[in-house]
Amino acid sequence: MFNFDIETTKETTEFDTVQLWDFLIIGGGPAGLNAGLYAKRKGLKVGIIAVDIGGQLHNTTDVDNYLGFSLVQGKELSDSFLKHVTDLDVPILKQTRVTAISKFDAGFLVKTDKFQDFRTKTLLISTGGQPRKLRIPGEKEFANKGVSYCTICDAPFFKDKHVIVAGGGNSAAESVLDLVPWAKKITVVHRSQWRADKILLDKLDKLDNLDIHLQTQILEIIGDEKMTGLRVLDKTTNEERVISADGLFIEIGTVPNSKFVEGFVKMNDNNEILVDDQQMTSVEGVFAAGDITLQPYKQIIISAAEGAKAALAAMTYLNHK
Amino acid sequence: MNKLLNEEVTNQVKEFLKPMKEAITFVLFTKSGECITCEETRALLNEVSALNDLISLVEKDLEINSDEASLFDVTLAPSFIILDKDGVYQGVKFNGIPAGHEINSFLTAVLDMSGLDYQLDPAIIERLSKIDKDVNIKVFVTLSCPHCPGAVSKAHRLAMLNSHVNAEMIEAQTFSALSQKYNVSGVPKIVINETHELTGNQPLEAFLDELERL
Ligand SMILES: Cc1cc2nc3c(=O)[nH]c(=O)nc-3n(C[C@H](O)[C@H](O)[C@H](O)COP(=O)(O)OP(=O)(O)OC[C@H]3O[C@@H](n4cnc5c(N)ncnc54)[C@H](O)[C@@H]3O)c2cc1C
Repeated sequence: MFNFDIETTKETTEFDTVQLWDFLIIGGGPAGLNAGLYAKRKGLKVGIIAVDIGGQLHNTTDVDNYLGFSLVQGKELSDSFLKHVTDLDVPILKQTRVTAISKFDAGFLVKTDKFQDFRTKTLLISTGGQPRKLRIPGEKEFANKGVSYCTICDAPFFKDKHVIVAGGGNSAAESVLDLVPWAKKITVVHRSQWRADKILLDKLDKLDNLDIHLQTQILEIIGDEKMTGLRVLDKTTNEERVISADGLFIEIGTVPNSKFVEGFVKMNDNNEILVDDQQMTSVEGVFAAGDITLQPYKQIIISAAEGAKAALAAMTYLNHK
Repeated sequence: MNKLLNEEVTNQVKEFLKPMKEAITFVLFTKSGECITCEETRALLNEVSALNDLISLVEKDLEINSDEASLFDVTLAPSFIILDKDGVYQGVKFNGIPAGHEINSFLTAVLDMSGLDYQLDPAIIERLSKIDKDVNIKVFVTLSCPHCPGAVSKAHRLAMLNSHVNAEMIEAQTFSALSQKYNVSGVPKIVINETHELTGNQPLEAFLDELERL
């Protein structure tokens, strides 16, 4: 009934602006939190700077593929991660966005939107991703006039309505399941084939108010005051048609939050950060982990594991420097 | 009714409220008859005010105490405002229960009102001090929206820092007719003086851009 996400006096541990940190972590999702845990246990002077704690775990209700938990709420998992990290007294600076990173003699200067700068010998970029947009006509115009990127936030507005879910991965399938208690009818539109886990697709099979259009590309979102439907292209027949609907939930993956390090570390064409097998980026001493990296499987357990790896690699790096 | 906050949550809230400096007052408006979440909101405010000596709670009825209601521009129930140490209304209002994720904007408002410095950039304070038109900011939320409390807290801070500004959270499901009137189908949705709109948890600069355009 209550989802806490603000600092307590206990958590606002002295986040030192003067000291030279060993390992500063940017991002408080699974990757950043696990890196904090591992680095602290190794005895590094470690701190976490994050806009929020939990990252994308907040955008999902059920998680059923994290080892050890058959079914857990995203928020609950995030809370247990945070507790584990705060029990070890890892300082966390919340509600703070890192705006730029630069190099100086002894390491790196981290600039934030709180007008405080921090200095560190090594650092981890684990800033994850945010919802990817379709980039089609009407998307901007009808944002919050039918078009949504957050199913758990906005599902209640579509009670007894017909909604479309765009996408074919796990988050699209989960979005459908989150809409079931509200919507009268749900239609999935995806430009290729399903990529979602079979276990989720089996759940969708049991729904009787679900329509699925695969190999179907969304060309335009149409409407007047609010969205009224989509113009789509059926790629098998090469025919265009209109699907009427009251809402569109866009669940087509994420784009990396890497803008603030553009030009600082090397990235691929998707703006994902390139890392080596030690999670080190093109800049020595700067590591990256989780959804922000080029690693294609964007999952909680994988992000957490990469965070652990980065912390251990940073330790090795500091020892050999 | 059972307690709304279990032991664990009670302890958490108590911890959150520890840094409070000055006294504050909740003024809660409910109404008799059908009232979605009136009971729950009353329980929440009662239980939270019992956790720190600096908080007091005054309960009013929207119809019986219509003078007070109009004094604070309260038109909905449940609705509550937070008064500062001198009993002054700083324009901080919640319509509907701030449960779920909204507990964060609620507790943030309590701490802010009790005199905590929220360390805003001086440039923002400077821009805000120049706003001299009356401004009302409505922030529509759902309780399952993780991005909403940020938007509510920003609006409330603007209100606390400028006496021309008042800001209110509106729980969209409780007040569904109002949400429909404002065409809310995604949250957070921010409506400024009925005419200007923002969506998403925007930075303070985006709020100020709109306020300056009024
Ligand atoms: C709807 C949905 C459902 C999902 N379901 C599952 C599932 O069931 N199982 C599963 O394994 N995975 C699931 N995922 C994927 C999983 O959530 C991600 O793989 C995982 O959260 C990535 O972790 P991360 O730490 O790399 O990044 P994120 O979780 O994205 O966290 C990024 C962190 O960085 C912070 N940040 C961003 N920019 C800055 C900045 N400039 N300065 C400071 N901080 C910053 C953010 O505030 C946040 O704390 C789902 C994703 C979505 C969207």
